[in-house]
Amino acid sequence: MVRSLTRAAALIGWARREYGGLADKAGTVGLWLLIGLLLVVGVIDARQYLVTGIIVGSIIALGALGITLIFGILKFAHFAHGDMMMFGAYIALAALMGDGSIGPLSFGWGMIFAILLSMAVLAAGSVAIDRVVYRPLRQRGSGTVVLAIASLGVAIMLRAIMLLWWGPDQQLYVSGIHPARELPFDIMLKPDQIFIVATAVLLMATVYLLLFRTKMGKAMRAMSDNAELARVTGIDTEQVVMWTWMIGGALAAVAGILLGIQSNLKPELGFTLLLPLFAGAILGGLGSPQGALVGAMIVGISQEVFVGIDLPFPPFGVPGYKPAVAFGILILVLLVRPRGLFGKT
Amino acid sequence: MTVLEARDVVSGYGEVEILHGVSIKVEEGEIVTIIGPNGAGKSTLLKTVFGLLPCKRGAVFFDGENVTGHSPQALVRKGMSYVPQSDNVFPSLTVQENLEMGAFIRSDNYRAKIEEVLALFPDVVERRHTRAGKLSGGQRQMLALGRALMLEPRVLLLDEPSASLAPNMVQLVFAKIQDINRSGVSIVMVEQNARESLKLSHRGYVLAMGQNRLEGSGPSLLESEEVGRLYLGD
Amino acid sequence: MDRGRLVAFLAVLAITAGIVGISANDSESLNGFISFLTVFLTTVAIFAIFALGLNVQWGYTGIFNFGIVAFFMVGAYTSALVTKEPSSSEFVKYVGGLNLAEGLGPLNLHGLTGFVLGALAAAVVSGIVAFLIAIPALRLREDYLAIATIGVAEVLRRIAIEEEGLVNGTRGLTGIPRPLHDLVSPPDYKFIYLAIAVVVLVIIFIAIERGARSPWGRVLKAIREDELATAASGKNIFAFRMQAFVLGAMIMGIGGAVYSANQGSIVPDTFSHFFGTFIIWAMLMVGGSGSNRGAILGAYVVWGFWTLTGLVQPHLPAALEARTSYIRDLLIGLLIVVTLLLRPHGLMGEEKRVSLFAEQESKREAPQVGAPAAGPTEG
Repeated sequence: MVRSLTRAAALIGWARREYGGLADKAGTVGLWLLIGLLLVVGVIDARQYLVTGIIVGSIIALGALGITLIFGILKFAHFAHGDMMMFGAYIALAALMGDGSIGPLSFGWGMIFAILLSMAVLAAGSVAIDRVVYRPLRQRGSGTVVLAIASLGVAIMLRAIMLLWWGPDQQLYVSGIHPARELPFDIMLKPDQIFIVATAVLLMATVYLLLFRTKMGKAMRAMSDNAELARVTGIDTEQVVMWTWMIGGALAAVAGILLGIQSNLKPELGFTLLLPLFAGAILGGLGSPQGALVGAMIVGISQEVFVGIDLPFPPFGVPGYKPAVAFGILILVLLVRPRGLFGKT
Repeated sequence: MTVLEARDVVSGYGEVEILHGVSIKVEEGEIVTIIGPNGAGKSTLLKTVFGLLPCKRGAVFFDGENVTGHSPQALVRKGMSYVPQSDNVFPSLTVQENLEMGAFIRSDNYRAKIEEVLALFPDVVERRHTRAGKLSGGQRQMLALGRALMLEPRVLLLDEPSASLAPNMVQLVFAKIQDINRSGVSIVMVEQNARESLKLSHRGYVLAMGQNRLEGSGPSLLESEEVGRLYLGD
Repeated sequence: MDRGRLVAFLAVLAITAGIVGISANDSESLNGFISFLTVFLTTVAIFAIFALGLNVQWGYTGIFNFGIVAFFMVGAYTSALVTKEPSSSEFVKYVGGLNLAEGLGPLNLHGLTGFVLGALAAAVVSGIVAFLIAIPALRLREDYLAIATIGVAEVLRRIAIEEEGLVNGTRGLTGIPRPLHDLVSPPDYKFIYLAIAVVVLVIIFIAIERGARSPWGRVLKAIREDELATAASGKNIFAFRMQAFVLGAMIMGIGGAVYSANQGSIVPDTFSHFFGTFIIWAMLMVGGSGSNRGAILGAYVVWGFWTLTGLVQPHLPAALEARTSYIRDLLIGLLIVVTLLLRPHGLMGEEKRVSLFAEQESKREAPQVGAPAAGPTEG
């Protein structure tokens, strides 16, 4: 049995080598076609789900952006990112002051303050965690695997702290029902959801400006390209690392809070968030910020649209299968075009 | 005045010792070339001088100051620049951005310097907003040199600048190196292309098996029978 | 004695003393006390099986599996479906129910053969699942596989819940046959099961130790020590890693089978990331990556610590008591981080093994900050 396994694996390897180039091109074309198809179907048949998908996608995008930056610059898969998002959501919960609401939104100015505070706490906290956990391991020459396992330990601790402080039950930022508004094309949208997308877009634009218009941002992209050369050029690599954690942490905080506004808060959600986050980042190409945004959007839209389409077999129509859609996308990308849509070879 | 000196340097990779006590000296304004067979330790020497590899024994002096074991960032600040043999530009950054990175530690307005450096490389200047990954090998080499000049270094360390370049590009690159030297930059060059590089060098060193073998002026090494036989393919 | 062994010895001593002491104090009878210890040891044995499986994947091959719970769950459900009777009621729906007990008659040996067949089925199905994920993921990077394993765990759990007809959804499966159950009175069964669990553990332990010394194991060792040279000598690296991954998954599947037969009933909620994946990582890290004895030691130490704090809990003032369980969670995460920082090879692992992985990676990928570029380029 062992031998037949070996033979099977060798066969797959051979097929990969022989037809690799062709498969890669076919895979790329096929992937883009599928994405196009998804959007077309979404617009025609499942507009409401498409809209929800865009909202969810924006939230995932903020998280995936952090993951891809950390992966590109620090060269490891940050498995604590989902729990960091949740943690940010909880910090905001703790900081939420004052009732009332801003216009049609479900929350008041206290939420804005809470968001900013949470961003600051997570930015500082991420740098602190780096100094205590990841930097010593880096300096020792630890590889990506060891760092990833360390991030697992950090994830477990964050989850435990959330459970300790806030308990395991689901929480909401604001209770009560807030009505959705009806828009043309049969779409229902809550004002909160407009806020979510607007905030996400604002942050994405800010990060874009940072990466492409500031010296530190360019240094981050440079280090993502070639860390050794960055050192040689005289770039302060530790400073770049610090900024990476600050940005990644702040983005995670906002992503978690927006998720809390969209649905709810629960400590156990953190780890499972990793699936759509990484699926989006890998689809877009790990290390590419624009890739993370596009990939995350596609994952978000796919999750909602697939579940919305009314076909009698799974995963269609079953909300519980949303993670299965993200997983399916992940496997598809790994099979067909592992470097993702915008990844470097 | 000796601007750079390595004295009895012993270093290598991890457990493996490559250099067993190598010494070189660079006077201000010189072009010094280091040649020798593969595995001689030429690149290793450059990396050790620049702080990329730990110096196990021996010392490195820059302008008389002992800078052994200083980090690359510190040395860049002092006026040394290094161009690696391969992967020496940031592919996803534009030409202009690559140069900006060269000036990272400068806090002043370096825009003028960018124009100045770009002017040195006319082939590249019209592509300033092209991503470096899309440039040809020769253009990339030029860009790498330009990046290293952004901080107006006193000493430039070049690791095989002519590697994998077409012969006409090699001529251009070496001509450029001479221009840079004439503007006052001392240059230490490790080269596989011994003949061409010795032609423009003031002095040269021959390294073999991690030790000094020969030393002399550029022309004398070019004429030397031994060098000719062993390294110039005569 | 090297410091690690000393610490290990002291830890085992302290934990054992604590558990024995407090449970003896709290138990109302000798019987209760012994029952408690038996259950404790059985759980340790089951966790040890998972840790051994993880050791094959991580300690021997350097693959990090963050979805152990997926194989745990697959193994548990497979052996349950294979050994149970078919569904007899309209309200309890699941596939399978091969009821091997009926078919074999006297050969069933009071459920023992059924149990063994169930465990083997669990191993096979877990192996297949592992094989299927490894094809897209393992040939790329280990982190992709790690994420894929998290994904598989999530998806499988959803399927178990959503597909009511498959494994009876959230209600789960009950009435899983227990081997040798009719030989003794129910209260005494746990002693027999402890014996069964330990026997399975020992068999797996011996099998892995043998495997490590076999030609196959030697190639794995060679891959660990110098992947490039081994690849150059013609060995298909991917195939070997695939085999190790599948083998580890099969062991985890068997662990699941042992678990479900012990419990008698399973529900999807049982299979949480914490108890199915995180805690096992802590066990292997603490006990010693790369060491099979370390895996078993780690299982004892970590579960012993967990049980000890559980025993202490009722004795604490009320304010602390409520949240103690989460403090234990915190300590599990802390254990992993602290072990990596202070003693990456764990109590019994070899220093060489884990640091080898670190070196291999820095050679395999882009240069890191602080490390020299890959080897002498020309010299």
